[in-house]
Amino acid sequence: MKLRIKYAKTGRLKFIGHLDVMRYFQKAIRRAGLDVAYSQGFNPHQLITFAAPLGLGVTSEGEYFDGEFHSATTTEDMVNRLNAVMAEDMRVLDVRLLPDKAKTAMAVVSASDYLVSVRSGYYATETDRLFGHFQDFLEQKQIEIIKKTKKSEQLTDIRGMILEAHISAAQSFYMKLATGSIANLKPELVMEAYCNFLGISYDPFGFQVHRLETYMDGEQGELISLAAAGDILA
Amino acid sequence: MEKLALSDEILMTIEKPARYIGGEINHVKKDLSQVDIRFAMCFPDVYEIGMSHLGIQILYDMLNKRADTWCERVYSPWVDLDRVMREQKIPLFALESQTPIKAFDFLGITLQYEMCYTNILQVLDLSGIPLWASERTEDDPIVIGGGPCTYNPEPIADFFDMFYIGEGEVVYDTLLDLYKECRKNVWDRAAFLREAAKIPGIYVPSLYNVGYHPDGTISNFTPKYEDIPQKITKQVVMDMSDATYPEKPLVPFIKVTQDRAVLEVMRGCIRGCRFCQAGMIYRPVRNRSLEDLKRYAVEIIENTGHEEISLSSLSSSDFTELPELLNFLIEEMGERKVNISLPSLRIDAFSLDVMSKVQDIRRTSLTFAPEAGTQKQRNVINKGLTEEDIIEGARQAFLGGWNKVKLYFMLSQPFETYDDIAGIADLSERIAEVYYDTVPKEERTGGPVSITASASFFVPKPFTPFQWAPMDTMESFQEKAHFVKDRFREQLNKKRLRFTYHSADVSLLEGILARGDRRLAPVILEVYKNGGIFDAWSEFYSHERWMKAFENHNLDPEFYLTRERAEDELFPWDFIDIGVTKRFLLEEWHRAKEGRMTPNCRMSCSGCGVAKWGGGVCIEAKN
Repeated sequence: MKLRIKYAKTGRLKFIGHLDVMRYFQKAIRRAGLDVAYSQGFNPHQLITFAAPLGLGVTSEGEYFDGEFHSATTTEDMVNRLNAVMAEDMRVLDVRLLPDKAKTAMAVVSASDYLVSVRSGYYATETDRLFGHFQDFLEQKQIEIIKKTKKSEQLTDIRGMILEAHISAAQSFYMKLATGSIANLKPELVMEAYCNFLGISYDPFGFQVHRLETYMDGEQGELISLAAAGDILA
Repeated sequence: MEKLALSDEILMTIEKPARYIGGEINHVKKDLSQVDIRFAMCFPDVYEIGMSHLGIQILYDMLNKRADTWCERVYSPWVDLDRVMREQKIPLFALESQTPIKAFDFLGITLQYEMCYTNILQVLDLSGIPLWASERTEDDPIVIGGGPCTYNPEPIADFFDMFYIGEGEVVYDTLLDLYKECRKNVWDRAAFLREAAKIPGIYVPSLYNVGYHPDGTISNFTPKYEDIPQKITKQVVMDMSDATYPEKPLVPFIKVTQDRAVLEVMRGCIRGCRFCQAGMIYRPVRNRSLEDLKRYAVEIIENTGHEEISLSSLSSSDFTELPELLNFLIEEMGERKVNISLPSLRIDAFSLDVMSKVQDIRRTSLTFAPEAGTQKQRNVINKGLTEEDIIEGARQAFLGGWNKVKLYFMLSQPFETYDDIAGIADLSERIAEVYYDTVPKEERTGGPVSITASASFFVPKPFTPFQWAPMDTMESFQEKAHFVKDRFREQLNKKRLRFTYHSADVSLLEGILARGDRRLAPVILEVYKNGGIFDAWSEFYSHERWMKAFENHNLDPEFYLTRERAEDELFPWDFIDIGVTKRFLLEEWHRAKEGRMTPNCRMSCSGCGVAKWGGGVCIEAKN
């Protein structure tokens, strides 16, 4: 059976890279004694796949991975068993049973919600400007940035990948951005473009990015959270 | 969450920030107001190396089992963070509490190899602790060293307040109880050191005077006070069931060098290879019980979630209950989908059978460690492995489907001739021929047979029969290596053979430090002051920096390296009693000269001296 596990990665664990998170969960599943399926051969590995990788330094409360399991108990029991063997800043939030024909999390991810806050000590004299013109920035028809790859630099219009954005109540920037293999936009790039728009220098340490949720396309083309594709095990 | 010692800005700009954040699975947190003793345990190398070390896990577990003690960890900051900490004057901190080392009661440093000596100074310096023990004040932690290099601690003696010589399980409680007692009164560092020096196994270097002959050898090594012992006796756990095992070892977030569960099956080695220090200093052989090991294996896997388990010992093939243990592990770990990583076992029918069950034969190579090329030379070094053993092992392995063989050798051994090193190529050729004689043409699948021989530069070590031996020169080693390389090119199956050898500058330094004396401390300090850290990493090692420091201090490296030591010379490490007597080592040195073998401890007792402790293999043989 296919299970989808939702977790949060906060605090000091934002310094653990994606590959290490994968290794972390393989060990955690073993510690929790969950009935995960393994590949064949001399070096069997767990059949788990992760949704959208999170950059180093970014925190999240909307991370997912899928796993093939031989058996499952209840959502509550599995969440508790995993959390009993977790590190402090890594929490399992939900376990859902997926339909058999469900595609893997990695294949279906289409968008993510982010909260970008200004870190204390940064942009102190520019706070008003920073929070005063976000709407103007978004109202542009085109937002062009230079996307650097290993081989080339390319001028890209990111406006279409910003699905929704506004200043949130907590004096931070909320944004829903295209995520996944077809279109992918990182919030850092939006902030860089916004700083360019304001004519103030972009400081990569000036912002703390936090992912709130990861989405996929629902049957009517609407965005639903990855968890919503599965059922709670009661 | 409590604050990290390093800011996000620093952590985001250095390599692998997870090295410095702590919080790993199974780490121990305690309430500072509830503990009397804060102990910082340091492995003076990068995190991934230090976290792979079983000894630290054992001590961490043992010390934290005391309610009054909180043991935390600290490793050498990598060169990138080292630079930042110096620039921004950030004090070195322990991982668990993220607070400065300087505030601790003890800083324990494990000494696993000589090339970490400059890193010791890095750790002290970044902590803000005076490098010379004599300059420390009442506010500084007690700096204590442990591990294999304490069997000659003299080159670094002046940087340490004390050394613990032997296995940590024995007198740490006594030492910490004494410390607590001394802390109840007005704290007097010197008085504590003086008392601690009376605990068996505790060596306080500042309480001893060393005198030298005009030729530079040691004339006397004397305690400054009458109540301070002449000899320091190594501490050894005689009943392994008394030695607790960390059933909840730490699990790092990032991939470390040994990313697996480790099961220590025994301590010591019965073999008595004459070049091997571990084989002498860890005598006698002591097994853990099969039942304990089975229980630990399951507990460790359940508590860590590791996907691999490995056995640790000097020679696992000599563990008496190895078949029972391996059969248990194959079954139990197979069900749990945990891989078994086998240490180098002696190649025979049994080990080949086990290996074929747990490894992919096509991908793994078989390892033999003949160490020398001829039987004559293997007798000199007392390596009880015959050419017949190797040929027969290889034959069975080839029949079993293996076709890659690795051979380990050492060059520049005592009494070695060019015939002996020619034997390295000849033996490798013979193994290739065994393949073609054994495996019929139609069964030679999976690529051609490949034999890789590699040679290292032999370094004489204290407390071995070769402690009297001169080390070879660099020029001579290079010549020999080239000779062997040429000899490989002359072999019939030369295309199936490969010979590599390790560059040797660093071996010379290892040789100097291994048998060095107290006069080396200023040299080590100068190298450190000139930027020397991470000497164990070839990209940071500078031979010139070391040689210049020797010159500046008027010390001749050859005094420590190529000098033939007299049989009655007083060595810097002779104040340590490892159980094995100097008389026995000297007899072994003589037997080596004559090419005579000494039987292993299970065949018969050769009277090395450790039987006085009445345990392990010494009594096993008499039952």
